[in-house]
Amino acid sequence: MSEMTMAHALNAGLRRAMEDNPKVLLMGEDIGTLGGVFRITDGLMKDFGAARVIDTPLSESAIVGTAVGLAMRGYRTVCEMQFDGFVYPAFDQLVSQVAKLRKRSDGVFTMGLVIRLPFQGGIGAIEHHSESPEAYFAHTPGLRVVSCSNPHDAYWMIQQAVTCDDPIIFCEPKSRYWEKGAVDTERAGLGLFDARVVREGRDVTVIGFGSYVKTMLRAADAAALEGRSLEVIDLRSVAPLDLDTLVASVRKTGRLLVVQEAPHTASIGATLVAELTRECFYDLRAPGLIVSGYHVPYPISRHEEEYRPSVERILDGVDRLFEYDV
Amino acid sequence: MVTDPISLLSPEGELLTHPDYVNSLDAASLFSMYRDMVIVRRLCNEATTLQRQGALALWAPSLGQEAAQIGAGRALEPTDFSFPSYREHGVAWCRGVPPANVLRLFRTVSSGGWNPYTYNHALPTIVLANQMLHAVGYAMGVQRDGADTAVITFFGDGASSQGDALESFVWAASFNAPVVFFCQNNQFGISTPVTTQSRVPLAERASGFGFPGVRVDGNDVIAVYEVTRTALERARSGGGPTMIEAYTYRMGAHTTSDDPTRYRRETDVELWKHRDPIERVKALLAREYDYHRDSFAAVDAEAEAVAMDLRRDVLAMERPDPITMFDHVYAEPHPLIDEGRRDLRELGLTEVLP
Repeated sequence: MSEMTMAHALNAGLRRAMEDNPKVLLMGEDIGTLGGVFRITDGLMKDFGAARVIDTPLSESAIVGTAVGLAMRGYRTVCEMQFDGFVYPAFDQLVSQVAKLRKRSDGVFTMGLVIRLPFQGGIGAIEHHSESPEAYFAHTPGLRVVSCSNPHDAYWMIQQAVTCDDPIIFCEPKSRYWEKGAVDTERAGLGLFDARVVREGRDVTVIGFGSYVKTMLRAADAAALEGRSLEVIDLRSVAPLDLDTLVASVRKTGRLLVVQEAPHTASIGATLVAELTRECFYDLRAPGLIVSGYHVPYPISRHEEEYRPSVERILDGVDRLFEYDV
Repeated sequence: MVTDPISLLSPEGELLTHPDYVNSLDAASLFSMYRDMVIVRRLCNEATTLQRQGALALWAPSLGQEAAQIGAGRALEPTDFSFPSYREHGVAWCRGVPPANVLRLFRTVSSGGWNPYTYNHALPTIVLANQMLHAVGYAMGVQRDGADTAVITFFGDGASSQGDALESFVWAASFNAPVVFFCQNNQFGISTPVTTQSRVPLAERASGFGFPGVRVDGNDVIAVYEVTRTALERARSGGGPTMIEAYTYRMGAHTTSDDPTRYRRETDVELWKHRDPIERVKALLAREYDYHRDSFAAVDAEAEAVAMDLRRDVLAMERPDPITMFDHVYAEPHPLIDEGRRDLRELGLTEVLP
C-alpha cells in the first residue's frame, strides 16, 4: 500500500501497462517531452522511447484515426485528449469508426483503444476546459465509458482499460489529479465495470462519479449530523451500468439521488433514474432526482461554484426526496 | 509545380514516352490488366442491373475508373495493405476479394463483407476520408514493426476537402509514414464539381505538406501502374508518403440513387467516352502485340461468366437472423447486448424471415 496522487497513480498504471505489453503505445499532444499538460505521462517518453510515447501534431481526429489504424496492425494505443472540450474534432472517428469497426468486420478488428479524457470542472479554467461530455459516448453502442474517482482506482482502471478488447472512454476528474490516496498495487479489488458502494447508508442512495464521489461523501457527513443516512455509490462504469449493485442499494434505501456535473437532459442521471425506477418501482418512496449542472454552456469559472453540484445542493436534493414522505 | 498528367498510353492506344516513367509491362501483363478491366466493368454493370431489379439497395458504379483502380491495384504487393473508400471495386478485385463479398454491403446483409486480413484490404469506408487516417496509423504500425510493407489509401476529389484528409497528409509527412494517398479525381462529389473543392490541381496540394504529388492520366492503366509502383517502392524504402492524383471521369452516376443529367453536360460525357480506359489498351494490344478477336472474345466470355456467378451468389444471399445484430458489437460481455438478445427472443423475432 502506498500513498500517491491520482496523477501519479495514472502515470504508474500506464507505466505498468506498457511494461506488460510492448504493443501498448501512448499518443497525444505534448505528452512526451513535456509529459502532458497535467504531467500524467511524465517520464514515460524517456523510459519507453519516442516510438511508444508519441508527441503528435495537434489534430484530435488524427490521434484517434491513426490509433484505429494502429489497432488494425495489432497495437493498443492510449490516446490523450488534452481537455474534454477538445475531444469533439475526434467525435466522428469515435462514433463512425472506433465504435463500429468490430461490428463491421464481424469481430475481426479489435479496437482496443483507450481515450483518456480529463473531464469535469472546478479548476477555474477558461472556456472548453471544464466539460462533461460522457453522455455523448455512453449513448454510442460499441463504446464503453468509465471514470475513476481516487488514486487506487486510477492505477487499476487505466490498466484494466488497456487490456480490455473494447474501446474505452476513460474520464479523469482533473480537479482531483493532485489529491493523494492509498493505492494497493497488489490487488485491484474490483473489475472495470463494477460500481462501488463507498459508504453504506439506510435512507438515500446517492450515485455519482469522478470528482463528485468526494463531494457526495462530504454531503453524507453533513447529512449524518441531521440524522440522515446516505449510501454513497461511485458509479465507476458510466456505460455499461452495474445495475445489480445500484438496484440492491435503491431497494434498500427507497430513495435515489444522482449527482452529476453535466446538464440532466439525455444524461447519465436521466438513464439511471429511468432504469432504477423500472427495477425498483415498488421500493421507491419518492421519484429519483438529479442534482446536475444547469442547461447552459459551462459557465465562466467565476460562476462555476454556483453551477456545479455542491454539498449544499446535494443536501437540498435529499430534503426534496423526504418531502414525498407522508 | 505539377504539370500535365503523366501519360504513357494515348487515348488512341499509342505508347508515349515520359522522362521519369517507363512502361515496364510485357504483353502478357498488359493483356491480363485488360482482362481485369473488362471483368470489373462487366461486374459493375451487373451490379447496376441487380440494383434496378431490386436485388441491391444501392450501387456505386466505378464505370470509367477501371484504369485508375486496376493500375493501382495491380501495383500492390500481396503484403501491402490497402484502405478503400466505397467505390474501389476494381482494387478489391485485384486484391482477390470475391465480387459477391463486395456486394454484401449493397445487398445490406453486412456492413463490411470480407475478412480484411485475408486480402490485406480494409473494409469500405463510407464517411469520407476517415480511412485515410486509418491508413496512416497502419503505416505507423508498419514502421514500428520494421516491416517491408507499403500502405495505400483511396479517396476522391470530394473527400479531399475533409479535415481527416488534410490531417492524414500532415501526419504522414510528420512521421514519414510509408503510405500512398491515391486520389481518383473523377471530377464530381455527387453533383459538386472539383473546382469547388480546389482552385489548383489536387496533386499540387502535396508539396505544401512536404511530400511529392503526382498527377497521372487516370484512364491510362500503364501510367497509373508505373506511377503507383514507384510511389509504393518509395514508401517501402523509407522515402515517405506520395500523393497521386489520377485524373479521370465518373462515367456513371454517383450511385444508383443519383441523376447526373441534372448537373453535367452530355458533351463532357461524350468527350470522356473517347478517352475510355479499356478501348485504348485493346487498341494497343491489337496493333502492337497481335492480340486478335478470339482473345478479346474469350475475355468477354469470361467476364460474362463471372457476372453470372455474381448474380447467382447475390440472389442467394439471405437476410441474416436478426439476432445476429447483437454479434460483435463488443468483444467482452455487455448487459445491454444480453438484454437486447433476450428481448428479441421473447418477442419471437429471431427466426430468419423472408
